[in-house]
Amino acid sequence: MRELTYVRASSAQEAVEAVTADADAMFLGGGTNLVDHLKLGVARPGRLVDVSRLPLDEVETRETPDGPVLRVGAAVRNADLAAHPLVRSGLPALSRALLAGASGQIRQQASTAGNLLQRTRCVYFQDVTTPCNKREPGSGCSALEGYDRYNAVLGASEHCVAVHPSDMAVAMVALDAVVVVLGPEGERRLPVADLHRLPGDAPQRDTTLARDELVTAVELPLTDLAARSTYRKVRDRASYAFALVSVAAALRMDGDTVADVRIVWGGAAHKPWRAELAERALVGQALDEDTVAAAVDTELATARTSEGTAYKLPMLRGTTAHTLTTLATTEDA
Amino acid sequence: MDATIRLTVDGTAHEVTVDTRTTVLDALRERLGVTTVKKGCDHGQCGSCTVLLDGRRHLTCLTLAVAQDGAEVVTAGGLGEGEGLHPVQQAFLDHDGYQCGYCTPGQVCSAVGMLDEAKQGHPSHVTEDLEGDTDLTDDEIRERMSGNLCRCGAYAGILAAVREAAQA
Amino acid sequence: MSTETVEQTPTPITPRSVGTALGRVDGPEKVTGAARYGVEHHGEDGLADPLYAWLVQSTVAKGAVDAVDPAAALAHPGVVAVLDHTSAPRLEDTDDGELAVLQDARVHFRGQVVALVLAESVEAAREGAALVEVGYAAEDHDARFSADGATYRPDSVNPAFDTDSDQGDVDAALEAAAVVVEGEYSTPHEHNNPMEPHATLARWSDGDGDEVLRLVDSTQAVHGVASTVAPLFGLEPGQVRVTAPYVGGGFGSKGMPHASTVAAALAARAVAPRPVSLAVTRQQMFALTGYRTATVSRFRLGADTDGRLTAVEHRAYEQTSAVKEFAEQTAVATRMMYAAPNRRTSHRLAVLDVAVPSWMRAPGEMPGIFAHEVAMDELAEACGLDPVELRLRNEPDVDPESGKPFSIRRLPECLERGAERFGWAERSAQPRSTVDGDWWVGTGVAAATYPGYRMPGNAARVTALEGGRYDVAIGCVDIGTGARTVLTQIAADALAVEPADVDLHIADTSLPSASVAGGSSGTSSWGATVVAAAQAFAAAHGDAPEPGAEVVASADDDPLSGEHVFHSFGAVFAQVRVHRWTGEIRVPRLLGVYSVGRVVNPTTARSQLLGGLVMGLSAALHEESVRDPRFGHVVTQDLASYHVASHADVLDVDAEWLEESDDEFTPMGSRGIGEIGIVGTAAAVANAAYHATGVRVRSLPVTADRFLEVDR
Ligand SMILES: Cc1cc2nc3c(=O)[nH]c(=O)nc-3n(C[C@H](O)[C@H](O)[C@H](O)COP(=O)(O)OP(=O)(O)OC[C@H]3O[C@@H](n4cnc5c(N)ncnc54)[C@H](O)[C@@H]3O)c2cc1C
Ligand code: SF4
Ligand code: FES
Ligand code: FES
Repeated sequence: MRELTYVRASSAQEAVEAVTADADAMFLGGGTNLVDHLKLGVARPGRLVDVSRLPLDEVETRETPDGPVLRVGAAVRNADLAAHPLVRSGLPALSRALLAGASGQIRQQASTAGNLLQRTRCVYFQDVTTPCNKREPGSGCSALEGYDRYNAVLGASEHCVAVHPSDMAVAMVALDAVVVVLGPEGERRLPVADLHRLPGDAPQRDTTLARDELVTAVELPLTDLAARSTYRKVRDRASYAFALVSVAAALRMDGDTVADVRIVWGGAAHKPWRAELAERALVGQALDEDTVAAAVDTELATARTSEGTAYKLPMLRGTTAHTLTTLATTEDA
Repeated sequence: MDATIRLTVDGTAHEVTVDTRTTVLDALRERLGVTTVKKGCDHGQCGSCTVLLDGRRHLTCLTLAVAQDGAEVVTAGGLGEGEGLHPVQQAFLDHDGYQCGYCTPGQVCSAVGMLDEAKQGHPSHVTEDLEGDTDLTDDEIRERMSGNLCRCGAYAGILAAVREAAQA
Repeated sequence: MSTETVEQTPTPITPRSVGTALGRVDGPEKVTGAARYGVEHHGEDGLADPLYAWLVQSTVAKGAVDAVDPAAALAHPGVVAVLDHTSAPRLEDTDDGELAVLQDARVHFRGQVVALVLAESVEAAREGAALVEVGYAAEDHDARFSADGATYRPDSVNPAFDTDSDQGDVDAALEAAAVVVEGEYSTPHEHNNPMEPHATLARWSDGDGDEVLRLVDSTQAVHGVASTVAPLFGLEPGQVRVTAPYVGGGFGSKGMPHASTVAAALAARAVAPRPVSLAVTRQQMFALTGYRTATVSRFRLGADTDGRLTAVEHRAYEQTSAVKEFAEQTAVATRMMYAAPNRRTSHRLAVLDVAVPSWMRAPGEMPGIFAHEVAMDELAEACGLDPVELRLRNEPDVDPESGKPFSIRRLPECLERGAERFGWAERSAQPRSTVDGDWWVGTGVAAATYPGYRMPGNAARVTALEGGRYDVAIGCVDIGTGARTVLTQIAADALAVEPADVDLHIADTSLPSASVAGGSSGTSSWGATVVAAAQAFAAAHGDAPEPGAEVVASADDDPLSGEHVFHSFGAVFAQVRVHRWTGEIRVPRLLGVYSVGRVVNPTTARSQLLGGLVMGLSAALHEESVRDPRFGHVVTQDLASYHVASHADVLDVDAEWLEESDDEFTPMGSRGIGEIGIVGTAAAVANAAYHATGVRVRSLPVTADRFLEVDR
């Protein structure tokens, strides 16, 4: 851990200016990912700009021309967001995804922005003694022929096969969330679906944000579909473990056929993977094990696996089918 | 870079000079000599370093001390009233909810924080009905205490202890 | 200690406190955090204001250190010194390659200590270590384990068993057998991962007093540390004082000192008399503090149509490190487990450029019995027999290997009692026949065994105090087993006083010598010694002694050279659920029934047995240290990627024991309980998973992906 300067920002604007001014500066949220990386030597900033005390800790509803949205401040802690009554009732996938992540303690510390911007858990990324293109561009990817049980099956490149580890982000993509960002040029908004990127030939970049862009809020439309959402995570322990795969789903049935459906996968790719082909294949269909499996397979046609990740395809198939059929049953009830 | 911060630890106010890189865990253990908080992994992966920080359960290994200037920290050493034990601690004794004792201060702090979360109605991963009441079943306790690993495998005793404390 | 040690043959005690659930005498310290572990003693006299040491590890698996450039590290504020193989103090004895820290340029495995940074703060030490530049002349290494590459035959296996055994004619018996089961079973590398990382606080006195080196070490044996470390520095054991008042678990990894303890002592010598605090990081533990080797067991079982074994063959393949040999005794328990006239076992090793393997809870029995008991499940199916019945049919009358009778062998009762409690009778014979909602459900059983060990080299001191109280001292360590509590009880009974009248002192080399807290031998070895000392005391001073009267004694009985062999037994029953869509596996019920001699304290014993079962469950479902052979080190090197069971993984786990007393083994009648809980547990889970799904998993851990093709 390099010696570093610590500053506590008193406004979002000031935080952005501080990071813009110093190429060595980083935002500090709850610290549960960044402090870990400081110790590992994965991140070596010279200045930390603490944004955890900014007045960005409100959860509130707003009316918009497109309907009501829930606006979640970037500093809202994961535990508080998961427990928020409007999230529990209107955005159950978000609540479930948060509760499936990390541990009770970590959720008390972690912020909404930090959760979105946490970095991959690829073991080589975290081990500075091994080559890793994400950590050190051009050094090579150790996971390609190494330990990859947790790595990607969709959208990976020869430069990086890591996955994004956030559970919350997967749910947010399924819920059409929009992230609000403040940069030196002012505010902009982008769908969470466009926040994370595929590795391509620049795996060092997890997201489409510039390093001095501050996430200030996330906005989630409160729709009927969102209220019928859920999140299902499969992991190597019953708790306190990252996803092998996960599914955020939302479903609206019209009688016996699918009227509208959202399927987003975690543990599958460098970003939450919206399974749009599968969604399209399901609309208008009856919902059963076979139709879901067939729909999932259209999405998985481009999947690439190794010995270590081959299991993810049947796991995605089974977990998606289980999640959707369960959602359909609760729909009936 | 040094910084001087104020921390209240188990009711005692301290002014302590830390490196900006010092975690709350190392500030407590190495600078203030408070070893009632343990280091099992230093990376947020075990729960041994759990305290109540401003009333919430918190991993001190992933928290920089400079960022917590003015915070109120309660460790297992400060849970009880005076010399007495906190009911959660007594329950750990009564149910042998520990063996080596290294994870134990973190477990008891976590249990106290968790019971408070449950009282506020927080749901958990295993809560069937997100909008229903919080009922601390065995599965709920296990899930909510899963951020605290115990390599001695004292989980059965920990469960019994927390169950008893929850009913008290 | 001027008092001479007398030899005393202990006789059985009358249990009064023994057998009762006395609460842990050190409980309040533990639940409040007041208990101080390894590096938590720097508030104390002589240990205050330490320098912090941080280990620098090699990033090649084989070769030599070319040059160590400390300049950047030394320029970092707070860094005081950098030691490497050219600048570290010399050791007198470098025969043990694991302990010859910083003595030459050779690199034997990736992660070896190649330098050490000393600094005024933890933060500076960590950064200093990152700034040390180490150049290497790397050589080709071999860190890939395969059974076929394991061809080296060690002279013996841990601790001193024959490498091979061969009785009867296995090949002929297999040829003639009505039923043959042949299979390959494997277990991965596993790391002990006690919750308290290895840690040492060291101070070197520059004077020439008796105590030259002072260590507070997180160890299972303070005397073992002193006697191992002293000769490295050319000291007498008495010149090294080691204490370990509280130890946050060990599970074998703290059974003997590793490189970190020596590194701390070296560093303290370099900066004497300033104390040095060295806490091994969790990540470093994966290279430096021992682990269980991966094993492959090739089994061949021959049986008649009634399921009676005619032949048992167990060939074990494992790996060891080039720098120091450790041969896990994987096939040894197979020699005594079941009756079979023809039996053959062997151990072969691959010698690799890897970290040094060592003891981990039930070395040998854990991986070996996993293999054996899954093979037995396969045999039961092949013979059309219930798995409990198969085991009952293969009970030997005497130890099949030595021909000696067992002191007590109650495996059948363990199986029968467990079957009754578990509702085994209702089990369907057919695998993959029970569904509950989205889950396949099944049950499985496995037997367990662990030998009774009594260690030499123990002595205890009994001193009369005022008011009918006694001071009892023995230099053993309580790593969480409850030793402090049960020895208090044993001493009380042996002295015919209340536990409250016993002032027990342990965990200090200034106290009489004690053997390691390992091999489930602690209570047996130390307890027998305490009884011997109490009885010698009574013989010398009667039951109304003058305060100050004192006896130091050791126990000279030697049950292991007598006419019996001593083993504990158990039966483990597991219920498993496998999710038919996702493959997730859960173990809603786990029950162990044991024959372990007399239980000295039902509370601490239960916790020990449950702890073993939980670790066995953890091995069954989670644990695997993944070594990347290209680099040579374990890449799942933390507690987020090396999973140990979390609370949510541990559901209804229970243990019970048969009432008995093994009076021939110890004067308390106890036999040892620390390891047996881990034995057989993973096999019971794997067998239950087979019963649930029809998928036979022959290698650990049993993870969700194993079942995914099941349903489609
Ligand atoms: C043992 C362990 C297990 C875990 N398990 C899971 C799991 O199962 N599922 C899961 O989803 N997560 C898991 N996590 C990760 C956890 O969710 C994240 O660490 C946490 O959400 C990060 O939030 P934070 O506020 O602490 O972020 P920080 O660590 O403070 O920051 C993370 C990153 O975000 C940047 N950042 C922070 N705030 C802002 C902002 N407002 N604008 C722009 N950039 C910002 C920082 O610069 C940094 O790069 C686990 C973590 C640990 C340690
Ligand atoms: S997968 Fe990505 S993060 Fe992992 S080693 Fe390769 S480049 Fe690095
Ligand atoms: S030491 Fe903080 S979680 Fe392990
Ligand atoms: S009591 Fe030893 S780790 Fe929990």
